[in-house]
Order: sequence, then structure tokens, then C-alpha cells
Amino acid sequence: MSLFKRLPKQLFFLLIVKPVVYLLLGLNIYNKQRLPSHGPAILAANHNSHLDTLVLMALYPLGQLHRVRPVAAADYFLRNRFTTWLSLNLIGIIPLDRQGQVDKEQVFEQCQQALADGQILLLFPEGSRGEAEELQPLRKGIYHLARSHAGTQVVPIAMHGLGRALPKGGSMIVPFNADVAIGEALSAEQECAPFMEQLQASLESLLAACITRRDARWED
Amino acid sequence: MDIGLPFMLDLTPNTLCAMLVVVVMLVIASVTQLLLRSRLSADGYLELKQRINSWWVMVGVVFTALMIGPTASLIFFTILSFIALREFFSILPVRVTDRRLILALYLAVPLQYYWVGMGWYGMFIVFIPVYLFLLIPFGLLMLGETKGFIRAVGSYQWATMTTVFAISHVAYLLMLPAEENPAGGGVGLVIYLVFLTQFNDVAQYIWGKKFGNRKIVPAISPNKTWAGFLGGVATTTLFGALLAPWLTPLPWWLGLGAGLLIGLAGFIGDLTVSAVKRDLRIKDTSQLIPGHGGILDRIDSLMYTAPLFFHFLVYTTY
Repeated sequence: MSLFKRLPKQLFFLLIVKPVVYLLLGLNIYNKQRLPSHGPAILAANHNSHLDTLVLMALYPLGQLHRVRPVAAADYFLRNRFTTWLSLNLIGIIPLDRQGQVDKEQVFEQCQQALADGQILLLFPEGSRGEAEELQPLRKGIYHLARSHAGTQVVPIAMHGLGRALPKGGSMIVPFNADVAIGEALSAEQECAPFMEQLQASLESLLAACITRRDARWED
Repeated sequence: MDIGLPFMLDLTPNTLCAMLVVVVMLVIASVTQLLLRSRLSADGYLELKQRINSWWVMVGVVFTALMIGPTASLIFFTILSFIALREFFSILPVRVTDRRLILALYLAVPLQYYWVGMGWYGMFIVFIPVYLFLLIPFGLLMLGETKGFIRAVGSYQWATMTTVFAISHVAYLLMLPAEENPAGGGVGLVIYLVFLTQFNDVAQYIWGKKFGNRKIVPAISPNKTWAGFLGGVATTTLFGALLAPWLTPLPWWLGLGAGLLIGLAGFIGDLTVSAVKRDLRIKDTSQLIPGHGGILDRIDSLMYTAPLFFHFLVYTTY
């Protein structure tokens, strides 16, 4: 992508996304140095809010943003012409159709191509935003995608707090701090079951470190 | 003294001198840190470096705001209260149904500082303790969730009182008639209070480290010892008396009282936030300030010292 084509995206993040993420919200970031600066890599994050995508991208410096490609729900991000233009041009999503109307193979191919180009995919292996900030069962697609391109590292990322800032069905952002905990990279050069177990265990232990995740513990 | 810079007119020579002293203290801290490098472990050195760097940033931001003038200072304190309130709501188990009330409470922050800015003392002093006290439960009941109602009312009111009401007293010091305090002006009062509060934290820490033995409340904070508490309060009382004639309208013997009050209240504020963190099982309230933790970790003492010093000063002088 030419420098000129990257400019609108960089301006969008500089003037809108980063101020919202760092000034209106606030982030507690753990192990930022583990964030891969180039691909082929997959960021595997838990999903609580539509803000997840933007917050994770806002962690990247403007000069690296063009490498980050979120795989995001088409029914939300492509719901009208404005959001479609925004999602495809300013965020750079790879649309994933959760209702299964678009060929799965086609999405998979786009993701593979991105990995081959040395890009960083942003994936939510829970499939959808869960209920009340609980970790949902992980789907295996991420394993097959990671194996499709040799040398792809999978970086688990746990987020907490954004479900309060903008929950499912919410329409306005209310300021809250959020945690973003980055785990050690996993390799997919192994069997599926142990890989998925590692990913699950990593996300759970990262979640346990989050400052804002105290809701369930008040009672005991 | 008119030094020709219109934006610095609020600063008296004494105040400027006090700011310079603080900067010199930071320089000494930075030099000491470099000298200690070979004697500390790598982690210990990094933490010390982070802490001192953060002090530079904090002092830089506060001094810049104070030097630009009252409007900039009010904006600074508004942002400080907003970040502290957001941090408090973020660690509390907030119910998702309460989001709309939380948003309304954020809007109370600029309003409170607006009362401060216009010098409307009556409104400043009742807005949160009376009006919000009555409105928060009303707002919550309109949202219709009764499970956890009492806890929500109590924790939201307390969060607003500590982070907005208490901290806004620091800003109101700038609104007190400057002619009553030719030595230090409004900014001198702020520096007296904030410096003594932070100094008290450090003094209690050092006395405790050197001589601390018997713990006061081991269940809340294992680091609080009688030696640290008494030594710290005595040191702060002494400095309160020494600095008072220089920066405030208080004579030295009333400065003793102000120093004692700041020493005691700072200790209680520190312990109170420790108890909150114990309850929630967290070490820091956020990671905003490298080496220190969150804003609440840094202003915990100030939440207690600010209103008490303010009323002590108003009662004795204004």
C-alpha cells in the first residue's frame, strides 16, 4: 500500500481512535513488548465489546497500523454504506460473515493471503462477544489458520473492562479503564488439542491479572 | 513582584522560590539514583528510576498548570478528578445497568469546578454532599435495579466525594482572596498543601524503613508502623511550621497545627485507599503512573488533607 493510501487511516487513528482510547477511556497495558511488530502473526483476543478491535489497533504506532488486519463481523461493521467505507478503508477489516452467507473458504483465503504478506491478523477465537465478560468456548479455526502459513506466531491477548465502556447492545461509550494483557506467543506446530488448551490456559491466566476484573470476587 | 510576564503574575517570589526548591529536590533525587546504580539490583534500579521519572512528569504538569494561571489550573484539577473518578469506577463492581448514572456523575466533575471557578462557595460546598447525595439514589432507583442498590448508592457517593469534592478543595485555595496572603498567594497555598502531603508520605515511609517495628494495622497495611507514623507526623508538623509564614497567611504556631493536621489526615487517607484495595484484592488502582500505580494511589492522602487544611485555613484566617 502506498504512503498516500495509508494517510487517511493514520489520521483517523491519530485524531479519533487514539484520543478516545487513551483520553476518554484509559488502558492498563501488561507486557506491551510482547506485541508482534510484524507478521505473519495472529493476535488472539477475547471479545467483549465492539471497542476491542479499535483498542487493540490503537496499541500500534501509526507507522505499523497498515499491517494490522482485524477479522471482524460483517453484520456489524458492514451494516450500512458509511460503516462499510469506514471499516474497509480506515480500519482495514477482513469481513467475516457470521450468518454464513459468504463463503468461509473465501474469508480463509483472504486471511491466508494477509499472513503470506507478513500482516498481523486480529482474531476473536470466541466467535462472538460473550455474555457479561465471561470467556466463551474457543473455536478451532484459529489453529487451522495459523498452520496454513509456516512460522505464524499466535499471541494471546486478554482484555477486560471494555464490556462496561460499550457493552453488547449499548450505543454510547461511558468512560472506564480497561485492561489489555498480552501473553507469550504460541506456536501452532503441534496437535490441535494441546494448542487450544494452551491458548485457553493463557487467556484465563491473563484475565486473572486484570485490575478491573474484580466483579465476581467481591462476594467471597 | 512584576517580572513582566503576564501569565506569571499570580506567583509571588516566595512561591517561585518554593517551586525552585522542589525542582532542586528532584535533581538531587535523580543524581542519587544515578549514584546508587551499582548498589541496587536491576529491578530495584528500574523501579526507582521509574518512580523518579514519574515525579518529574507530575511536578512538571502541576507546575506548568499553576504557572499559566487559574483557568489552566482549574482545567488541570478537572482532568485530575475525572481520571481519579474513572479509576474508582473501574475498580468497583459497577452494575451494567448503572452506566447512565455513571455518565451523569462524570458530568458533575466539570460542574463542580465551574462552581469553584466562579467562586460560588455555597454551591461548591453543598453540590456533592447534599444535591448529589440525594440525586444518586433517585437516579439509581429510576434505572430500576434493586439488587445491590445500597452498595451502589454508597460506593458511587463515596467515589464522587473523595475524587471530586475533596480534590476540588485544592482548586478552591486558588479562589481565596489573594490580598489575605501576600507572601504566597493562591498558588503558595496549593504548593504548601500538596508539598506537605507528599512530603508526609515520604517522611512516614523513611521513618518506618529506618526505625519501624510495631505495626499499627497489619491487616490493612503491613508497612505502617508506629515509628513511621509518629516520626512522619512530627517531621511534617515541623515543616508545616517552617513553611507556613513563607507561603501562607498562618503564623508559625498555626503552621504547627496545619502540619499536624496534614500529617494525621495523610496517614488516614493512605490507609483508606489501602483498605479499598485490600477489599478488591488489587495491588494498584491502575497503571497510569509508572512506578507509582494509579492516580488514586498517588492522591489518596490528598483526598483527606485537602478539605481539612482548607477548612482549618478558612476558619483561622479568611
